[in-house]
Amino acid sequence: MLDFPRWRVWMLNTLIIFGVLFAIPSLLPAQMRDQLAQFVPTPTINLGLDLAGGSHILLEADTSQLAETRLEALEDGVRTAMRRADPQIAIADVSRADGQLSFTVSDVSKVDAAREALIPLTSNATGSRDWNIGVNDGNWLIVTPEGTGNEAALDQAMDTAKDVIDRRINALGTLEPTIIRQGDNRIVVQVPGLDDPAALKALIGKTAKLEFKLVDEMADPDQTAQGKARVGSQVLPYPDNPSGLPYIAVRRLGGISGDKLEKADPTFDSQTNQPAVTIQFDSEGGQKFARMTQQNVNKLFAIILDGQVISAPQIREPIFGGVSQISGSFTTESANALSISLRSGALPVDLKIVEERSVGPDLGADSIRRGVLAAVIGTTAILVLMFLVYGRFGMYANFALVINIAMILGVMALVNATLTLPGIAGFVLTIGAAVDANVLINERIREELKRGRRIVQAIEVGYKEASRAIFDANSTNVIAAVLLFFFGSGPIRGFAVVLMIGIVTSVFTAVTITRMWVSRWVKRTRPHELTI
Amino acid sequence: MKLLKLVPDDTNIDFLKWRTWAFGISLLLMVASVGLVATKGLNFGVDFIGGQMIRATFTESTSAPVTELRETVAKLGYGDPTIQRFGAENQVSIRMKLPDGADKNPELANTMATKITETLKAGHPDVRIDGVDSVSGKVSEELFSTGMRALLAAMAGVSIYIWFRFEWQFGVGAIWSLLHDVTLTFGLFALTGWEFDLNIIAALLTIIGYSLNDTVVVYDRIRENLMKFRKMEMASLLNLSVNETLSRTVMTSVSISLPLIILVLFGPDVIFGFSAAMAFGIVVGTYSSIYQAAPILIWLKVGSHSFVPTDDAGSKAERIDDNFGAKP
Repeated sequence: MLDFPRWRVWMLNTLIIFGVLFAIPSLLPAQMRDQLAQFVPTPTINLGLDLAGGSHILLEADTSQLAETRLEALEDGVRTAMRRADPQIAIADVSRADGQLSFTVSDVSKVDAAREALIPLTSNATGSRDWNIGVNDGNWLIVTPEGTGNEAALDQAMDTAKDVIDRRINALGTLEPTIIRQGDNRIVVQVPGLDDPAALKALIGKTAKLEFKLVDEMADPDQTAQGKARVGSQVLPYPDNPSGLPYIAVRRLGGISGDKLEKADPTFDSQTNQPAVTIQFDSEGGQKFARMTQQNVNKLFAIILDGQVISAPQIREPIFGGVSQISGSFTTESANALSISLRSGALPVDLKIVEERSVGPDLGADSIRRGVLAAVIGTTAILVLMFLVYGRFGMYANFALVINIAMILGVMALVNATLTLPGIAGFVLTIGAAVDANVLINERIREELKRGRRIVQAIEVGYKEASRAIFDANSTNVIAAVLLFFFGSGPIRGFAVVLMIGIVTSVFTAVTITRMWVSRWVKRTRPHELTI
Repeated sequence: MKLLKLVPDDTNIDFLKWRTWAFGISLLLMVASVGLVATKGLNFGVDFIGGQMIRATFTESTSAPVTELRETVAKLGYGDPTIQRFGAENQVSIRMKLPDGADKNPELANTMATKITETLKAGHPDVRIDGVDSVSGKVSEELFSTGMRALLAAMAGVSIYIWFRFEWQFGVGAIWSLLHDVTLTFGLFALTGWEFDLNIIAALLTIIGYSLNDTVVVYDRIRENLMKFRKMEMASLLNLSVNETLSRTVMTSVSISLPLIILVLFGPDVIFGFSAAMAFGIVVGTYSSIYQAAPILIWLKVGSHSFVPTDDAGSKAERIDDNFGAKP
């Protein structure tokens, strides 16, 4: 039991040295750490937002809206496919409801041709089917989503959304955001050091879907005011409408979308001197834009952002260069935000902010200072008490405790764990658990001595008998920590991580390391008396 | 060198003498806790009921103008705020319900936060906004349910472990004493009106871990003594086990309480509730290992027959027979 082969001593010492080495970078001031990083890798513990200050934003995608968008795209595809079929297939009663698309083929004899034309639209790149085609009453075609089509689309949309958000935040400058997907339809954005996230939210909360559609100039203003539109038109909100009516009717078809942009920059309107945004289409978008403006000179077209009309200017002449200006009631900031959003592309799905937390840097710094102070005072008190109660063996426990603290920091730095406020508390508690292991061992040795065992035997039995309770107690703590990690969220997880690391290192230092020291002392001095 | 002894040698306190009383009082306190939670309710933070919390410090003032704040914020038309001091006298948290429709349109929550902070800044140039938390109804429901699930899973998980490592009676004793500790902590929060948020769930889980740690140490000694002293009466055996582990119990409780008490006194205000809950939990947890977890073993008729060496299935079958036949 007290026999320690040389190789084991070496192994344990190596482990201790590595653990302690990895802790060093986290304890150095940032400046020194940066200098050191030029020569050796310096893994460092991340500070959670509650300590470092910063913003945490949880975004959630509107899944129903995504399904709707997919259906819309399908409808467009179907209409085009039928028009382009040779010969053309006439369809009617197109409707999107309950997540499915249905239409009737006017000429019953063409139903098979229509089905044939649908096939390329309903299967995806991998060859499996995204949509099912059913025929009812001879000529009524119903297209329903099949299998994992919607989930796959959501997955893809979320990946794209993550990239878009990344691009948008990077445009803000030197922030170091962490953007991760959470669950099926959520994205977490964490930006350390940013305590006023207003600008950030303005940037990532906007879908930035830009569309150009012709204004329905034949619409009856009274009908529009009631939200009713003619067939082929739709009513959209238009808050800045010069006519005073906050709505406007636009034609559904024949517009173009603004997702094919090469550039978008904030600027000032040369006539009104108001902030505005200039956009530059790519060549394909530019051609479409030219065609649209050419065919509709003197008509009004609406510039639509996220389903809301920003302005509805008149097309005075065809625009060939693919450059256009969007003016509305912008401020310099909002023009800037819009151009960043347009540049980084539209979000493929609407995202809502469902949780937001921001911590000012002063509060975080105060928390660290007081948390560390409490940890230092607490630990010192334990060290003194341990020495007073167990003497030499208390000192062994104390050295082990200090190594334990360093090792927890080292392992946390190595796995790039995040230290949160509850994490500090978890730290303090791990120290308590480590001490408990030594208390159990030392009390047991005391007992065995009292029962009249010889010193070496008492120590051996003490370690052996105490180990059982230490093992059981720590196993239950591991169970609790693992459950904490899987069921918990945010700060609780930070706590669980510290607890898990701490349990492992504290058993290692409090049991194995002290035993190594004790056995060395016993071998060297062959004590006849033991005060414990 | 003369070493310090927190518990004198050969201490022999008849702890189990008061077991019926202790059990009765505990039961009463548990019922009272449940009653308090049911009637007075817990002061849930925005983590669990959704809403917005703005933390602010009035850096140049000695105390925050709570009454005035309440009026000015209420005038903004978002309903009445819940304003509490937290930590220092000049620090407050202002809690608001999210405006109607904010679930659909987060812009509304945004506007509310901006309006409140601007109003604060306009009226008090020395105000420092320390943080804004905004949690939607949906997310808060999720946080609450995952938190509660974590609690239940932890309690069930560790009890099952105890059942496997010891005997089913020990598992029952463990889960009962955990239930006891958690219930009383809930009661404490209902009584004091301290804010109950995600951190408190973390505290409760730690309490479970430590209370169990304590229980395991006592149980381990009971098991050992059961195998050693086959003939000893159960109550005396429990007393012996508790007394033998007493100096360890005291030493560990003192060691763990030291940093916690310091956290409560000097630690960050943000985790006051967290630290206080844990300090309370350590005390209650230590008590429950002695007065809940141990006596339950008497009532569940544990005896040395429960630990006849179990080498093979055959002896296990015999042991079950034993259980029926034995009269403690």
